[in-house]
Amino acid sequence: MKSRIARGVLALTTGLLAGSALAEWDLLNMRKGVTSTSHEVHDLHMMILWVCVVIGIVVFGAMIYAMLKHRKSKGAVAAQFHESTTMEIIWTIIPIVILVSMAIPATKTLLAMEDVSDADMTIKVTGLQWKWKYDYVDGEGAGISFLSSLAPEHNEARLLGAGMDEAKLREKFGQTYLRDVDNPVVVPTGKKIRFLLTAADVIHSWWVPDLGWKKDAIPGFVNESWTRIDKPGVYRGKCAELCGKDHGFMPIVVVAKSPADYAAWVQAQTGAAAAEAASADKIWAADDLLAKGEQVYKTNCAACHQLTGTGVPPAFPALAGNPISNGDDPMGQITTVLNGRPGTAMAAYGPMLSDVELAAAITYVRSSWGNSGSAVQPAEIKAAR
Amino acid sequence: MTTATATHDDHHDHGPAKGLMRWITTTNHKDIGTLYLLFALIMFFIGGAMAMVIRAELFQPGMQIVDPQFFNSMTTVHALLMIFGAVMPAFTGLANWLIPMQIGAPDMALPRMNNFSFWILPFAFTLLLSTFFMSGGGPAGGWTLYPPLSLQMGDGFPFLIFAIHLAGISSIMGSINVIVTILNMRAPGMTLMKMPLFCWTWLITAYLLIATMPVLAGAVTMLLTDKFAGTSFFNAAGGGDPVMFQHIFWFFGHPEVYILILPAFGIISAIVPTFARKPLFGYSSMVYATASIAFLSFIVWAHHMFTVGMPVTGELFFMYATMMIAVPTGVKVFNWVSTMWKGSMTFETPMLFAVGFIMMFTIGGFSGLMLAIAPADFQYHDTYFVVAHFHYVLVTGAIYSIMAATYYWLPKWTGNMYDERLGKIHFWISTISVNLLFFPQHFLGLAGMPRRIPDYSVQFADWNMVSSIGGFIFGASQLLFAYNVYKTVKGGKKATDKVWEGADGLEWTLSSPPPYHSFTEAPVVK
Ligand code: HEC
Ligand code: HEM
Ligand SMILES: [Cu+2]
Ligand SMILES: [Cu+2]
Repeated sequence: MKSRIARGVLALTTGLLAGSALAEWDLLNMRKGVTSTSHEVHDLHMMILWVCVVIGIVVFGAMIYAMLKHRKSKGAVAAQFHESTTMEIIWTIIPIVILVSMAIPATKTLLAMEDVSDADMTIKVTGLQWKWKYDYVDGEGAGISFLSSLAPEHNEARLLGAGMDEAKLREKFGQTYLRDVDNPVVVPTGKKIRFLLTAADVIHSWWVPDLGWKKDAIPGFVNESWTRIDKPGVYRGKCAELCGKDHGFMPIVVVAKSPADYAAWVQAQTGAAAAEAASADKIWAADDLLAKGEQVYKTNCAACHQLTGTGVPPAFPALAGNPISNGDDPMGQITTVLNGRPGTAMAAYGPMLSDVELAAAITYVRSSWGNSGSAVQPAEIKAAR
Repeated sequence: MTTATATHDDHHDHGPAKGLMRWITTTNHKDIGTLYLLFALIMFFIGGAMAMVIRAELFQPGMQIVDPQFFNSMTTVHALLMIFGAVMPAFTGLANWLIPMQIGAPDMALPRMNNFSFWILPFAFTLLLSTFFMSGGGPAGGWTLYPPLSLQMGDGFPFLIFAIHLAGISSIMGSINVIVTILNMRAPGMTLMKMPLFCWTWLITAYLLIATMPVLAGAVTMLLTDKFAGTSFFNAAGGGDPVMFQHIFWFFGHPEVYILILPAFGIISAIVPTFARKPLFGYSSMVYATASIAFLSFIVWAHHMFTVGMPVTGELFFMYATMMIAVPTGVKVFNWVSTMWKGSMTFETPMLFAVGFIMMFTIGGFSGLMLAIAPADFQYHDTYFVVAHFHYVLVTGAIYSIMAATYYWLPKWTGNMYDERLGKIHFWISTISVNLLFFPQHFLGLAGMPRRIPDYSVQFADWNMVSSIGGFIFGASQLLFAYNVYKTVKGGKKATDKVWEGADGLEWTLSSPPPYHSFTEAPVVK
């Protein structure tokens, strides 16, 4: 604890000494990022910052000079002037000139940022409480679709009562606490990628600082934006619009790969999807379903219905001991999970999860925490869709 | 009118009723002003306690103290209390105390409505706070109440909406009273262009309030019917539009931020000349600047919504309009500096707070100018950079002006001098800690920390700890302020009528403390 405070004080002093080499610049200033857009935005930011600093020095300088020289204790006698039209005109015109000279580059950057034409590929991003869904709708990789949530170890470490403090988090996760996901969104470098952003429940906002922008994902709207990433790497971001309880826990990870590596990734993904589709037709053993179901439940349902199935009544109902999770007829539960309950936080999972995943999750719910409902096979989900 | 025998002729001379009934039934502008100020102070401490909870959770990464839902309700209610419960009532309290004394009137024009508009407030905020004890907890969707998220609130939702309605009604009544008083009750010779700037800025603020509060009331009523009556104003699935709410909200919300700062401009314009012993520089340009800020405040609302996906022409319009506000705001700052220039300055506590205001409000203004640049705002928006910005304008702006005003006029109100040494200590501890609290938040936002999150990644740890330490010190140092005020009300060195050597204006011609009914005979203003 002492060393933490010492580090805080150290960071402060170094920060105050105009970001000396000790403090990482990235922790004090906007990141330059890895796209032409982010560079332009960074330059704009630095330009306005310096304009403000210079105006600040002039205004505060005059003020401090007056406070030191024109004080009664120094024997200053008050002048009685109280008007000067010339001065008023000067300090109206000069700011206008400065503002216009700032507006011109800002306008140029803005127009370039909003130009989504001629994209090489399109990815649809859907915000959900509290994860992201990515659909590759156009270009290389079209058809790939997956959910992306906070990685499970992080999800456990961030619970109240997990007993975590900064030291433990650093030890366990290094620099990436709350910045890892199970399935990152993978994109090729050097390609113009168009993003379509929307949401299924409440408003979210998709933000990766290294790309230079954020854009709201709004239910019922489809927003557009684009990026072209210069160098391969892992770029991390966060949901930026308050979206409920776990708003702080829906990170974004973009992995940019060279076109060749990207092609390999696409191939692996399509292969995996085909295998998954094939496995939906076979009959699953109960244990396999349960094991998979636990994973699916943890990442997709536990945020609301809790790991123990007890929910948080009245906002989120318990699934443990709930009649809907018991008995021989699973149809009620299947349709609830497939179609959701419109107007509540219970989303439709049909479009988000595969038949196998849904069957596994439902089976898991129906045979955990004292529930004794019948198991559900992927084929039943397929039939109920 | 407290005694049945009081006739109209002698009612000027009787003092206030005794005990609790005095405060419940009072129609006196000073009593009501006191009630407003006391209420604001209480709300400031409750809202401040919530800020302490927030800063305690953010002291280090990992979840230690509260769960995320409760954390969200802390930020939401903190903001609602600070804005609607602390800053706005404090300004109304100051208006009540000062406007009649500054324009040479005996009281406010509509005293019974004055009583009513105050007494609505305790009910409104009790309702708001009671939602914490209802199923589903307090509001947790942010003070901006964006649907669909705000509609996910539990049983407390209608109480939240009703509380906002009540607070709005109170503000509107208060504003009507200010306008009617200023336009009808000025002493002979007190032309509009001779009025102290505090009256001017409040007159304009009152118009802003009357224009925007009904807009907020409409927006929250639509939320209410969306939730309970099956309408779909903001529900895309039913043909509505969630972004429409944001447009309506900020059409209220942006003028609202000027409601929170224009009276502050008036206060600073009163204090700086007094302690510079020199008349205010550019009085008429101050009036015109206030009016143009008020006008512009109606056409910039969507700068809070650059990332919702507006057409690019819309983004350009709102960017340009927002940048223009910097011009009249700059004029004000330049005028204050010119007032100080070649003055004969002393730095008693009110002047310290006023100088602190000018510097730190200007810092908030700079970050505001940066936020106006739409492409850069795509990075800044919804990060701690914004949190730093609005706290510089609200805490070191609005709150500092209220503290400055309290120290400045308290000797007039009570007849006693406050403890100058304690006041200075309060100023310096507050100013150092408030910068520890909010300046590092600029770095956090730029480095990528979103706002409204209960937990964060380890690379933000150092600055958050600095910020929390600053927060705890700032919070604790406000107890010095409360103690100083309490001590002054109870007694202390007697203040002269003029109190300050350089003071100028009608209120300083009255005795300290002033008579129960300020000017029973209208003074003549040359
Ligand atoms: C964002 C929070 C949230 C998540 C995540 C979530 N649910 Fe729900 N769930 C709810 C809410 C709220 C309800 C109650 C809806 C209502 O009022 O009818 C509900 C209801 C249900 C019900 C019906 C319970 C009843 O008593 O009628 C089932 C079954 C269910 N959820 C299963 C799941 C499964 C399986 C998952 C994961 C795939 C899941 N939920 C994920 C919020 C959630
Ligand atoms: C006592 C000093 C104060 C402290 C320590 C403090 C601290 C905070 C903190 C930590 C947040 C949460 C930021 C986030 O998580 O997004 C916040 C939000 C906010 N505060 Fe303060 N604050 C103080 C005073 C004030 C005052 C005086 C006002 C208004 C006059 C104010 C207005 C707001 C607003 C509008 C929000 C945004 C809430 C939201 O995101 O919906 N604060 N404050
Ligand atoms: Cu979010
Ligand atoms: Cu605004």
